[in-house]
Amino acid sequence: MTRSTHRTRRLLQATGVGAAALLALSACSSPSASDASAKPGGSSASSAKLSGTVTVFAAASLKESFTTLGREFEKEHPGTKVTFNFGGSDSLAASITAGAPADVFAAASTKTMAIVTDKQDNASAPVIFVRNQLEIATLPGNPDKISSLKDLTRSDLKVVLCDTTAPCGSAAEKALAAGHLKLTPVSYEQDVKSALTKVELKEADAAVVYKTDVKAAGDKVEGVDFPESAGAINDYPIALLEDAPNPEAAKAFIELVRSAEGQSVLTAAGFLKP
Amino acid sequence: MTDVDDPKPATTPNPPHPPGLNAHLVVDRPPFHLDITVTAAPGEVLALLGPNGAGKSTALRALAGLLPLTTGHLHLDGTPLHHTPPESRPVGVVFQDYLLFPHLTALDNVAFGPRCQGATKSQSRTQAAAWLDRMGLKDHATTKPRHLSGGQAQRVALARALATNPRLLLLDEPLAALDARTRLEVRAQLRHHLADFEAVAVLVTHDPLDAMVLADHLVVIEHGQIVQEGTPADIARHPRTDYIAQLVGLNLYRGHADGHTVHLDPGPAITTTENLTGPAFVAFPPSAVTLHRNRPTGSSARNLWHCEVAGLETHGDQIRADLTGELPLAADLTTVAAAELDLHPGASVWATVKATQTHAYPA
Amino acid sequence: MTSPDTTNAADTVRSGRRHDRVRPGIPLPLLLPALAGLAFLLLPLIALLVRAPWRSLPEQLTSAAVWQALQLSLICATAATAVSLVIGVPLAWLLARTEFPGRGLVRALVTLPLVLPPVVGGVALLMALGRNGVVGRWLDSWFGITLPFTTTGVVIAEAFVAMPFLVISVEGTLRAADPRYEEAATTLGASRFTAFRRVTLPLIAPGIAAGAVLAWARALGEFGATITFAGNFPGRTQTMPLAVYLALQNDPEAAIALSLVLLAVSIAVLAGLRDRWMRAA
Repeated sequence: MTRSTHRTRRLLQATGVGAAALLALSACSSPSASDASAKPGGSSASSAKLSGTVTVFAAASLKESFTTLGREFEKEHPGTKVTFNFGGSDSLAASITAGAPADVFAAASTKTMAIVTDKQDNASAPVIFVRNQLEIATLPGNPDKISSLKDLTRSDLKVVLCDTTAPCGSAAEKALAAGHLKLTPVSYEQDVKSALTKVELKEADAAVVYKTDVKAAGDKVEGVDFPESAGAINDYPIALLEDAPNPEAAKAFIELVRSAEGQSVLTAAGFLKP
Repeated sequence: MTDVDDPKPATTPNPPHPPGLNAHLVVDRPPFHLDITVTAAPGEVLALLGPNGAGKSTALRALAGLLPLTTGHLHLDGTPLHHTPPESRPVGVVFQDYLLFPHLTALDNVAFGPRCQGATKSQSRTQAAAWLDRMGLKDHATTKPRHLSGGQAQRVALARALATNPRLLLLDEPLAALDARTRLEVRAQLRHHLADFEAVAVLVTHDPLDAMVLADHLVVIEHGQIVQEGTPADIARHPRTDYIAQLVGLNLYRGHADGHTVHLDPGPAITTTENLTGPAFVAFPPSAVTLHRNRPTGSSARNLWHCEVAGLETHGDQIRADLTGELPLAADLTTVAAAELDLHPGASVWATVKATQTHAYPA
Repeated sequence: MTSPDTTNAADTVRSGRRHDRVRPGIPLPLLLPALAGLAFLLLPLIALLVRAPWRSLPEQLTSAAVWQALQLSLICATAATAVSLVIGVPLAWLLARTEFPGRGLVRALVTLPLVLPPVVGGVALLMALGRNGVVGRWLDSWFGITLPFTTTGVVIAEAFVAMPFLVISVEGTLRAADPRYEEAATTLGASRFTAFRRVTLPLIAPGIAAGAVLAWARALGEFGATITFAGNFPGRTQTMPLAVYLALQNDPEAAIALSLVLLAVSIAVLAGLRDRWMRAA
């Protein structure tokens, strides 16, 4: 009995959509505030109650911020669990079209999202929720004095790029084309995190990655901005998937991502607002 | 047995070593312990004879350097070899199952040794061809070992060992892998080749016939110790252990001689022709025993014992009766005689042996 | 006269019993899972054939990129096998023919890459031979040699993963081979090395060949250690499995075509291996 009462309260708190949800979410940073808002939230309760697991396939660059948001989501909606599959957007898209069970797909490019929408595996139209800009990641202290994209073409430098099948790779390609530069990397890495890791391990001198990755790596790498990146800003779309096992909770998660709370977490990680 | 003692301890500085083999082999592998001294002059063939597990093969491996000596020494033509690795010893080995390298032809097997000793490919092949020719295997030079008969393989193995010009040739049960027919032929050939060999040959065998036919000198080993050594004829006539007596097919007893009588301890007395005093052996062959169903009356034999048949065994057209009773002994008789006597296990018989057919010698 | 008859009778009885044991009734609890197992193993391969883009296949297979990847794969797998032979056969000999303290432990460590996830192997190789690695930093500063992102790096990654197959195979053959042949060789004046080279090596050649084929096949299919340690660059470090994986992201048809090539190579290897085994038997 007590249990169901609890659930009801949770439900009321969780199902707030729109303004009510935003209200609840913005308050979630302090647990007491959240508790306090639980009862008033009940007034705007809609039909479903949230529970179960939300499976989110997300671009590797979203790892830190989405992990944070996932934890907040679980805190806001006790009884739910958010599990993530971070990877190259292209391989995630491939596994979704191959039938991988997922609720939400957050891609690092509209092109990779298109792989999913082309197969009509999405239930909601993709929405751009953040944008990401490229940056050069160099060794700490930038010992090779890299100051521009052109510097990366120096023959004495080992540079890694993302494979062109990954959004970070196609963005880098776009930026290089914009600067009329020809760059031969030592490796086309499968996703942005692998590319960054090669610099963190000092195996490569530089990598073209996202600003957010440089930020997430802390002092293990140093970021260098370059003007060509402005022409190769990646839009990050997010969509509910057609065969989502838990669509209600999935919708709530997408709302969280797009909420002011979500945006503040994402911009803190270095993402640009859409 | 004083002959086990080492006449020249390894610790003696610069011991005078005559040409040939002079070795004191001690190998400790608890619970097994080998301690034997063997000497042989060049041209001599020495046979190590003994039952399985006596230590013959251990001795051979120690001579070849495949097993380190715990202590002792090994001199060949005056050169100490006990610290020399096997590949540097002037020793050739014919292994029991020959161990011909299966991937090489007969010729290349024989050429292997000369090649390892630094000869060129063509030199070693010429030498090998000459050896095969000597062994009557000219036509089998390009044959792989698995296509050779047992006798041929044995000769290739011998040629391979001899091609390194060893100063010591070791043969481990050289005829054991052969069937009875081939064995006869190969034994004769081997005897011929060993007679031609000018250095020391040591033969390890459990077959007394091989040892008797092939060796000049026999060393009998039991439990890692030498129990008897001498010429084959000497050992055949004067066995000193049951093992040797059985090997050479004799009834052997130990007792105390007093004139023409040897009193067995325990057991009856045996009348002999020899006149001896003190500890003595008496031996007689199973064929010297005559069996009777009833106590013989007019027999001149002084040696008469009441026995019981314990077992019967056929040897060709002969039957060997294993007797227990007053004196345990083996008796040989024809199948006809056995039938006439109605011999069967448990039958009671009287055994007689003429004094002239016994042989007594001091123990 | 009676003895041959009894022998025949005994033979008949024995062979009859042998038939009885196999023929009547493969029990269903065994047969059904067995068939399921067979289907489980074969179905994916059949699916690959069913879904193969047969129409565009010639075009796919003749593309320069495919040949580049295949050529690189063959070269690297062969080089990795050669490396494995040169250092793996002596290692197998050491394990099979000598006694030293901790040999059991060494043996277990040698086989570790067999069970280690290849990616872990790749990370370990980076830590050891990377530009900043334990050994790699000296290679870099003394000789200017860096191994990651190079074809040599691919060979190293593949050899690391594939060599244990060779070592295990050769060691097993060595243990089964009669060590007395080596003794016979030493009594003929051969040093232990000569005995190994001229007697043992030819004797265990079938085992070495089988081990080499296994290692080669493993090297050919290597993915995790390679992409981790050597990266991915067409013509330099992008082997077939890497090409398959990356092609799957945006061009599944190309991935299937590449997979078919690898499947064909694998079947050819198996056929060759079976031949060799039958000859050895």
